[in-house]
Amino acid sequence: MSEEQEVVTVVKAPVYLKYNFTAGAAPARFLAQIKKGVLTGQRCPKCSAVYVPPRGSCGGCGVATEEEVVLSNKATVQSFTIVYIPIPNNPIQPPYIIANVVPDGANVSFIHLMSECVNEDVHIGARVEAVWKPKEEWAFAMDNIRYYRPIDEPNVPVDQIGKLPVTGLEG
Amino acid sequence: MKEIAIVGFQQSDSVSDAGAVNEVEMIMPVLSRVFQQVGINNAQDVGFVCSGSCDYLQGAAFAFVAGVDALGAVPPIKESHVEMDAAWALYESILKIRMGHADSALIYGFGKSSPGELPIVMSQQLDPYYLAPLWVDSISLAALQARLMLDQGLITEGDMAEVVSRSRRNAMNNPHAQLAGDVAPDDVLAQEMYLSPLRKADICPVSDGASAMIIATVEKAKEWGMPYAIISGIDHCIETHNLGMRDLTDSVSTRTAAKRAGMDAGKVDVAELYAPFSHQEIILTRALGLADDTLINPSGGVLAGNLMMASGLSRIGEVFNRIVSGEVQCGIAHATSGPCLQHNLVTVLEKA
Ligand SMILES: [Zn+2]
Repeated sequence: MSEEQEVVTVVKAPVYLKYNFTAGAAPARFLAQIKKGVLTGQRCPKCSAVYVPPRGSCGGCGVATEEEVVLSNKATVQSFTIVYIPIPNNPIQPPYIIANVVPDGANVSFIHLMSECVNEDVHIGARVEAVWKPKEEWAFAMDNIRYYRPIDEPNVPVDQIGKLPVTGLEG
Repeated sequence: MKEIAIVGFQQSDSVSDAGAVNEVEMIMPVLSRVFQQVGINNAQDVGFVCSGSCDYLQGAAFAFVAGVDALGAVPPIKESHVEMDAAWALYESILKIRMGHADSALIYGFGKSSPGELPIVMSQQLDPYYLAPLWVDSISLAALQARLMLDQGLITEGDMAEVVSRSRRNAMNNPHAQLAGDVAPDDVLAQEMYLSPLRKADICPVSDGASAMIIATVEKAKEWGMPYAIISGIDHCIETHNLGMRDLTDSVSTRTAAKRAGMDAGKVDVAELYAPFSHQEIILTRALGLADDTLINPSGGVLAGNLMMASGLSRIGEVFNRIVSGEVQCGIAHATSGPCLQHNLVTVLEKA
């Protein structure tokens, strides 16, 4: 080639698409409850598993989860990790804990934050409870629960995690 | 080669807005109906599952993964997905069965197009450097195509109105149709222009819904004991994405796919064609060389309701329904994808 060709390394073509998003019927029921400060799950009519947060079906059976179940504020740590790296735009300063917690009455865990704890003391089977934001701040959002904190209750044996009734360990 | 049969087909109503349902909630009712039709419990009872959907439609990332929650995938199942119409999921499933990896398959397609601006969303399937940044919408491209045909004298606006009229009237017998009615061609021509030379009636509506199909080897179909139809051929062909290089007044890829699928134009009782715009039905009818006595789009076609990512599969399902009801002996179904009929799939079906 006789002439030097300019190398094109960037073509700017931003994409903006607008959607009227809907959460779905089952998530809408869950979100309406959590706005009122109530954590709910939905039970599978076939295998009785209680899902939280519900997505509309039992993924195991492939059937709709219709029955609403009120869950406890108490939960069990199913697994956890300590995050040491800062995540851009995340106001939480490391090191902090994210944990899989199973609320009493549910059979499936979800991921949330832990706080008011000594990170090194957190362990699988630990009992925790939800700390909610002030009522005025409740929205259609999972972070109405600000985080989970440890409570003084005996550990749940590993094979019992995710199997506690809504009344908890003693129930 | 293993003979493959369609054993079940179900579709949801085509609606302009399915409301506050997510993908799982939209799919589950259709799946439970098709399981019931064949007499099986869930996806555990078939050898393979393949779906067709596009996350751009509802703007929910990985919606197709959420869709798996409708299947009952515990213990794990063999599953796949195409970011295309589920007619191509059927194609993948047929290959899977022919290779001996499964004896049966569930195929489903779903689309919730109402949350977005569909013609604009579709602009993002175009060439990302030159065309997508211009936001050329799918209706404008079809209008260019119709204009070419009109100005070359290949069709008249009256011909297009005839297609719309026949669709609306046929759809009166289709309980799932979104648009149906005793509409005369003159009623269509009396409508104002929307995107010249297209009137709103020339354009398929935006629809939400899903459809599902179960196929199997003939041996397995006999074991299930349900009426079935044979898929005697299927093939697909694609043309260049560069619209300027294509003859938009013809559909060479449809003709080639039909030939390779073994279609015999003299032996087509019914043809269900995926023509999202009235003039495209004429292009397809001509490309396929369909005879005058072939019943075209007796369901009303997609002008009566267009479930993105499911309509192609539904065309095949409509032909299946007519064969197992004894109404016809054989038929073809066509599915399309891409702007101006870029990518086309033809399925040939016969009575068992
Ligand atoms: Zn279940």
